[in-house]
Amino acid sequence: MNNWRFWLYLELGLLVGFLLYPLVGVDGVVLQWTGRPLGSDLTILFVFAVLALGLNVVLGYTGLLHLGIAAFFGIGAYITAILLVRDYPFQVGFVAALAAAVVGAALAGLLVGAPTLRLRGDYLALVTLGFGEVVRVTLRNFENLTGGMSPLTNVPQPFQQANPAVAWIPMYYIALVALLLSYLLLRRLELSRVGRAWNAIREDELAAACMGLRAARIKLSAFALGAGLAGLAGCLYAVSIRTTSDPEAYGFNRSVLVLCCVILGGLGSLRGAILGVFLLIGFDNILTPMLDSAIQRSGFVESVQASMTDPEARELARRLLTFTNWKLAIFGIVLVLMMRFRPEGLLPSARVQLELHSEEETKAQDHPSRIIRPADLRERR
Amino acid sequence: MMIASLFATVALPSAWDTLAQHCITGLTNGTLIALIALGYTMVYGIIELVNFAHGDLVMLGACLALTLLALVGIGDNASLEAAFLGIAVILLVVPVFTAGLNYGVDRLVYKPLRKAPRLAPLVSAIGVSYIFQNIGLLWIGPADRSFPSLIPETNLLGNDALVRVTWKDLMVVAITVPLMIALTVFVKYTKLGTAMRATAQDPLAAQLMGIPSDRVIGATFLIGGALAGFSGVIYALYINVIGYQIGFQYGLYAFTAAVLGGIGKIPGAVLGGLIIGMVRSLGSGYVGERWTAALIFGILIVILIFRPSGLLGERRREKV
Repeated sequence: MNNWRFWLYLELGLLVGFLLYPLVGVDGVVLQWTGRPLGSDLTILFVFAVLALGLNVVLGYTGLLHLGIAAFFGIGAYITAILLVRDYPFQVGFVAALAAAVVGAALAGLLVGAPTLRLRGDYLALVTLGFGEVVRVTLRNFENLTGGMSPLTNVPQPFQQANPAVAWIPMYYIALVALLLSYLLLRRLELSRVGRAWNAIREDELAAACMGLRAARIKLSAFALGAGLAGLAGCLYAVSIRTTSDPEAYGFNRSVLVLCCVILGGLGSLRGAILGVFLLIGFDNILTPMLDSAIQRSGFVESVQASMTDPEARELARRLLTFTNWKLAIFGIVLVLMMRFRPEGLLPSARVQLELHSEEETKAQDHPSRIIRPADLRERR
Repeated sequence: MMIASLFATVALPSAWDTLAQHCITGLTNGTLIALIALGYTMVYGIIELVNFAHGDLVMLGACLALTLLALVGIGDNASLEAAFLGIAVILLVVPVFTAGLNYGVDRLVYKPLRKAPRLAPLVSAIGVSYIFQNIGLLWIGPADRSFPSLIPETNLLGNDALVRVTWKDLMVVAITVPLMIALTVFVKYTKLGTAMRATAQDPLAAQLMGIPSDRVIGATFLIGGALAGFSGVIYALYINVIGYQIGFQYGLYAFTAAVLGGIGKIPGAVLGGLIIGMVRSLGSGYVGERWTAALIFGILIVILIFRPSGLLGERRREKV
């Protein structure tokens, strides 16, 4: 698995596959078979992958437990919508809105990060959580600016297509390219000076500070970059689905969902974060509704209900036989089992894995696992 | 001018009444939040785990209370004796159930992770929270359910008094405050309580002194679970509406309260709970209901900036 050539071919293959997908015209076929517009579903997955990469910078590289990433996602989405929608006097165009969303979210990240980053562990987690809730409530209540509970709709898309069958294609490519660029950016940053500084902070903040790293600044840079990527994802999200959806979409639940994706995939691992998004959000957004519509079409619920007379029992049967109603439990069980049996995630980063299993490893190697040169890491992949 | 002064003379006394009313609501709400916060703080104090599932355990307790009342057939218009009986039954059964559940989860989920990095049990707790929510969803359905109002809402100060203090307010305080006192006495003066404090300070050292750390942690989860059960019953009796997501909302407030007071500290949780209760009720009275969440977390952020370990938490020196 650590063979770099295998990964290179796999990644290139996936990339080519995703690039070709809209061109070969299978989307219509998939739609007919499964009732899901897979193309636009994939766009959303790309967007969430960008968001997860953003969280990965803060949580995976720097080790700060961040429970409010969705707030920056929401800030990006709302900045974009306000700058693009007809109801406001701006309409600056997609590229400018995208830049504004990224910069705005990153600035918000700096704003929260600057006073609070000296907090440790759980206290920092609570502040990020609290900030997330403040943002959600503010989005909901500032009706003059954000429209309150009713989402901003009709966000214009770049290269808008008249034909509804191909309308999703431009955003699909934009999101894919954004994901690719973010991935490459982080890939490079990971081994750069600042990337190694993030890692040093995660492994031991005090020791890193003793070595002359300016912990506050480094943490702040991770926080701002994470927020910026979340803002980018928010912008793409609002444009892809053409609405901001309502402010509740940017609350704690979504932050935790993205957190779960990053952890499931493997902390500090870029591939892992993306895989986590495809598994968890794919399951949530694509597989669950598919299964439910399949159950509905099969008429199984009705046949079970027919044998019952008590209306309460019938209602209970319907509840138990709806797949969506089991979703949370499946999520929970997956998380618990993961933490028990594979806490480093599905595609762990070599470094984090060493940290988690440092006891066995150090015995064998007789020197601390932390002394790994970036070159060694490159070999491992 | 004249209108303004007229308004002032009329509004002033009633403004004081409103303030007093908000304070009463706030204190009642605050004791409930404090009780839930105690559950967070007990578990955190001993194994440094933010038990995200605690709020959902409260919710499951409320669900069980609802089912139990339906089973014994006590509804809205129950007689006084029946209502009393019903409350006694749920106050006895629900805490046992939630305590057992919490203990089971600890043995099954958290215990194997004692030596794992901090994030592992935390994520597991999020997972357990999802599982509990799902159980609640399948149990009582996605819609909010009304809980029989067993406690009359007559004003104890007489019908024409300006401030309302109801039996309900009294009930919350009458159950919660003795529980808190009992807990404090327990942790301070009993053998198990001392063992708990020792384990919290240093599990390894405690073990070397002959304290069975593992059993002590189990006992903490039992007590935390029982507290969740009591909170669930009180919540249901006081608010009278339950839904599968109440655990999330109240859990968030309670967790905030615990951190605000200094997580791991029992008086801190009580203080934090009271503050959050007051902020909620004064906030919804004077700023607007819909801003209360932002207000609470705003205050929390400001307090943590100036006191990074919470109000009553002590600063720890860092060691390499």
